[in-house]
Amino acid sequence: MASFIQLLVSGLATGAIYALIAVGFTLLWQTSQTINFAQGEFVMLPAFFILIAMNHGAPFWLACLVGIATSVVVLGILFKFIIVDPMLKHGVLPLVISSIALALFLKEAVKDFYSSQAQPFPVLVSAGDFHIFGAVISSQSLVVLGVAIVTVVGLHLMLNKTRLGRMMQATAQNPTLATILGVPVRKMVLYTFLVNAVLVAIASILISPIYLAKFTNGETLGMAAFLAAIIGGFNQVRGAILGGIILGILDNLSAAYLSSQYRAAFPLIILIVVILVRPQGLLGRVEERTV
Amino acid sequence: MSRAGVLAIALFALGAIIAPFMLKPFGIFLISMWAVLTIAAIGLNLTLGYAGQVSMAQGAFVGIGAYTLALLTQAGVPYPIAFVASGVLCFAIGWLLGYPALRVQHHYLAFVTLAFTTIVFLLLRNEEWLTGGIYGVNAIKRPVFFGWNTGKAMDYYFFCLGVLSVISFAVWWMLRSPWGRAFVALRENPVRALSLGLDTRRYTLMAFAIGSMLGGFSGALFASLVQFIEPASFALNRSFDLLLMVIVGGSGYFMGPFVGALISVLLPEWMRITEGYYLIIYAALVMVMMPLAPYGIVGLIERGYKSLTTKRGQQKPASVVAERAAP
Repeated sequence: MASFIQLLVSGLATGAIYALIAVGFTLLWQTSQTINFAQGEFVMLPAFFILIAMNHGAPFWLACLVGIATSVVVLGILFKFIIVDPMLKHGVLPLVISSIALALFLKEAVKDFYSSQAQPFPVLVSAGDFHIFGAVISSQSLVVLGVAIVTVVGLHLMLNKTRLGRMMQATAQNPTLATILGVPVRKMVLYTFLVNAVLVAIASILISPIYLAKFTNGETLGMAAFLAAIIGGFNQVRGAILGGIILGILDNLSAAYLSSQYRAAFPLIILIVVILVRPQGLLGRVEERTV
Repeated sequence: MSRAGVLAIALFALGAIIAPFMLKPFGIFLISMWAVLTIAAIGLNLTLGYAGQVSMAQGAFVGIGAYTLALLTQAGVPYPIAFVASGVLCFAIGWLLGYPALRVQHHYLAFVTLAFTTIVFLLLRNEEWLTGGIYGVNAIKRPVFFGWNTGKAMDYYFFCLGVLSVISFAVWWMLRSPWGRAFVALRENPVRALSLGLDTRRYTLMAFAIGSMLGGFSGALFASLVQFIEPASFALNRSFDLLLMVIVGGSGYFMGPFVGALISVLLPEWMRITEGYYLIIYAALVMVMMPLAPYGIVGLIERGYKSLTTKRGQQKPASVVAERAAP
């Protein structure tokens, strides 16, 4: 039982990180039909921005701020204007290819210009353990969970309780109608890219102490984001959160109780079952086909 | 087909026949690899270029084909049977995989095939009793037909080229049939195709399964070409590489995979001087190319040629006017 609680909490922590990545992923899809195959690399990269800032003598907290700011500029603004905007008129498929090429580009760039070795990354709090019902829970998982929850709740409040958030939702649900109602649609689409950039940067800060900063990190993280988004529902923010958490818990439990060799396969089997039984995802709405 | 198109294909074929006589052994290996990967790319082009579905599983099908051939021939099964089995198995798996994915929206096949590629990689790596795990399968035989031993590099190249020719002709013939026209209709306007009474799902599934089968044949040739296979050769990177090949060559164009595979095989060799930066440059080129020419190199050439000929056509009346005005 004790080990079960331990696994559950660490699963919840990983799941919360997956949820952050998946939420950004679905936001981009909803507002601009961008399927970002480089989302995993977007999480891998900010850790290196932070390491570079620290190599220049910045303290960790300042480096984190620099990392988030750089991420907003590079992965938010530049990504939108250089990669996404010129491709949108060509449809969904060419943009998918472009983002696959971008993923390759970012991965290779980090490998060639920074390092191919895994880099140690500072933790947010010094290590310490809590004992609850005989289970040992690391303070790190609790902090990860806390930061992720605060971020998700903050995002939820922003999207649902503020004028800006409602305008962003209107843009996502019906851009034409939103334009008629006077919503600056283009600006809202840009904002979702910025929100995504902040989310991936936070996810990067949370996950890099656990996985170490390495150029290949994006492969598994990107996959986790797709899976979470599809399992939960591609067109719902809360679907992505649910999907991420299910995935994180499943990942930890299956590795411990079923087979560590096939750890990576279980989420994929769940994916295929979800697509067969409930293709719109657990919380998703059915999207109408457009002509 | 236009006269220029026939001429281009004839020149291409002539080049493919002459090339090995002017190359060193490594060069022959490279063009053999080109022939092998072109087959997989033709298969992917059916799925992507004609049926309009992104598949990230072509590398996995190449892997399934390669392991099927290697394991069957080692078990003593005659080569031709093992070769056919590679394709048939991939056709069946492609059908089973495409069935759930194609029930739903367009981008789902991309994710399902991504997942599939990962699962196949894990199976190849973990099921050591069958696949040899990370140690792979060694000493894969090359076939002998009626006394023609394809063991040497040159002979094996011509065997691959022969298979490529047969498959290209079959696909060309298929695309000209009403069936193939239906594939194109799917890509151009799926809703209209549906309204005209085409069972779009069945045709898309068929395109995917046939594409997977070609991946299997390509894998069978691949196994005997490199004679040593391991799981890492068929990981996600292989699928990405094949996908980029089709896109760079020109998806939906018959000659696209031929050109794309040629670039993908030769470019790393030409860019040896850039050392490790090859992949960065390749990725950057693809990103630059996508907004400028999403229809690939063959598409670019065809559009360039068309615009040239139409300009000439437009100039004709002007020259006629000039002649009349001259006397």
